[in-house]
Amino acid sequence: MKKSTFIGTVAAATLAAGFAAAGTLDEVKAKGFLQCGVSTGLAGFSNADANGEWNGFDVAFCRAVAAAVLGDSTAVKFTPTTGKTRFTALASGEIDILARNTTWTFSRDVDLKFSFVGVNYYDGQGFMVPKALGVSSAKDLDTATVCIQTGTTTELNLADFFRSNNISYEPVPIETNAEAQAQYLAGACDVYTTDASGLAATRATFENPGDHIVLPEIISKEPLGPLVRHGDDQWADIARWTLNALITAEELGITSANIKDAAMSAGDNPEINRLLGTEGNLGEMLGLSADWAANAVAAGGNYGEIFERHIGEKTAIGIARGLNAQWTNGGLLYSPPFR
Amino acid sequence: MSVITDPPQQGFRISQLLYDTRYRSMTIQIIALIGFLVAFGWLINNTLANLAALGKPLGFGFLWEPAGYDINQRLIEYNSQMSNARAALVGVLNTLLVAVLGCIAATILGVLIGVLRLSKNWLVSRLMTVYIEGFRNVPVLLWILMAMAIFIEIFPQPRDFRGEDPVATMKIFETVAVTNRGVYLPGPIMNAGSGVVVAAFIASLVAIFFFGKWAKARQEQTGQILPTFWIKLGILIIPSMLIFFIMGKPIGMEVPAIKGFNFAGGIYMRNSLIALWLALSLYTAAFIAETVRSGIMAVSKGQTEAAAALGLRPARTMNLVVLPQALRVIIPPMISQYLNLTKNSSLAIAVGYMDVTGTLGGITLNQTGREMECLIILMAIYLTISLIISGVMNWYNERVKLQER
Repeated sequence: MKKSTFIGTVAAATLAAGFAAAGTLDEVKAKGFLQCGVSTGLAGFSNADANGEWNGFDVAFCRAVAAAVLGDSTAVKFTPTTGKTRFTALASGEIDILARNTTWTFSRDVDLKFSFVGVNYYDGQGFMVPKALGVSSAKDLDTATVCIQTGTTTELNLADFFRSNNISYEPVPIETNAEAQAQYLAGACDVYTTDASGLAATRATFENPGDHIVLPEIISKEPLGPLVRHGDDQWADIARWTLNALITAEELGITSANIKDAAMSAGDNPEINRLLGTEGNLGEMLGLSADWAANAVAAGGNYGEIFERHIGEKTAIGIARGLNAQWTNGGLLYSPPFR
Repeated sequence: MSVITDPPQQGFRISQLLYDTRYRSMTIQIIALIGFLVAFGWLINNTLANLAALGKPLGFGFLWEPAGYDINQRLIEYNSQMSNARAALVGVLNTLLVAVLGCIAATILGVLIGVLRLSKNWLVSRLMTVYIEGFRNVPVLLWILMAMAIFIEIFPQPRDFRGEDPVATMKIFETVAVTNRGVYLPGPIMNAGSGVVVAAFIASLVAIFFFGKWAKARQEQTGQILPTFWIKLGILIIPSMLIFFIMGKPIGMEVPAIKGFNFAGGIYMRNSLIALWLALSLYTAAFIAETVRSGIMAVSKGQTEAAAALGLRPARTMNLVVLPQALRVIIPPMISQYLNLTKNSSLAIAVGYMDVTGTLGGITLNQTGREMECLIILMAIYLTISLIISGVMNWYNERVKLQER
């Protein structure tokens, strides 16, 4: 036959899609906003108000990063995540940074391949019970029904605590804080356990907060901090030093009130000058503009201001600084120097 | 008769693969198969390469590491020191428990409602229509959440049962406690000698089976009908009761009593199990009712009329003439209803019921960060369960279908 034979050739497309290692910083700059993962709603830490505006302690950190990178603290889009979905969202690149009262643990850092950029809140797991139960210690909780948010470190701490004290309990796993609240208030569980800060925040939203007490036992260390994916050190540095900038700003007495003047021209204190970019080139080293830290602090104030505004003693949540005070005041906040 | 001559012999040419109808379809199928395999291989390769690039190569070692978390409803021994695989097994059993309970309840309810919908009583048939349309047109997740919310809000807390003048009291001769954490039922306590009673009970069941066969054979021979129901009930109860008293009441009853923060003793059905079971059953029953109705309506009216002409009463007509024929139409769609119910049980996490999606696909996945592995295993588990269910149902379908000779 004259006609040419037909042979189907199928190209074996075995090209493994190369893992895109383009810098997160460039991506964020290109799209013009920061995608930040927060909780689905925890008063004081991250909560959307009636207009859909996100507010809170963790939200303020995202805004500071956006201000440092893009110079605009409103250039942030928030992704609400549950305890279960947060790590997948970060690992898959759906979000650029996760600030969702997440505990820094060995396995999350090493095995799940995330970089924690520091600690923005030193916490510990506590128990909340109705006063009417007449319980004064967590060790009295034998046979109690305990509501836990599933997918958190609290689940494992709880199992360890009850096992080591040789008392029994009935766990009720719950997906979000709001559902846990409903079950706890209806008495379907005797105890609600999560990080002490979360308990304080939840209790503040109750109709009668006075009817509930947080037990004295803190059964774990829960250093909460923002985290990013492994493998992009520049981006991790930006997040880490934005947090440090907020802490250092408080230590050096730079507030949202005086930042404008301080950032205008170099002053007497060389560290303030380096921090705010009026001296040296720290911003350039990070790949950011010279006034990155000034922008971050101007976005919502220094660490202390953010704390007081969202969860401090004057708010309904009413958490004292405690461990989260500056090292100069007997707390654990200790930022490496800006040099 | 024409003589068939062989077509001239020609060697096989490569172009025949395309232009010869004998080979063309084969060629196309082979090309399509290669294309499919390449696409599939590319997907898998891509996944593995990307996981490796993320520093998370596929591995199942985590299954044998300690799970570290507790599970409230355990049908087998489990504690937080046992492996993730064990936790997954606990979850599988919980899934099977709610699936089996759900299938049974949905079938009973569905058959009842399907038959009642055909009732000549206007009110009954309309009520059933409302039920069916109401349940099957609302997503089952909402029914599950609503069942749970109602449960939690309307029933009393265990601590309401406390004190001299309690707010809430136990029901049914003070043996059943209905709380918003679940229902506490009295449970049996097996003392020495209880084995004999259980053995007698099992023997009664066997006796009932053979009595049924004998009665049927007798009816076919003589045409006489025995009141089999009452005789069977007698065989079921009387010997077991006699032996129970002869052995000196070896089986006791454990009544739940409030102890600490909760009731202890007896059988505890958690609110999550009840809410899930109830919602899944009520929802699936609506679909089964329609299946049953269609099956009954598929039986020709002549069959009913013929049965009536022979003098069969309506109840017997239904049992002996209509339902056996309707079953042939009902069973195949029923299989998919059972499969749906089983798969819908994975919504359990909405009410905190620890099924396999909650343990393996929830806590284990989250604590170990092994999303891909957990989901692969999870899908394999559901696939296996579904294939077993449809295998069993297909076997039953083979048995009841019309025997064609």
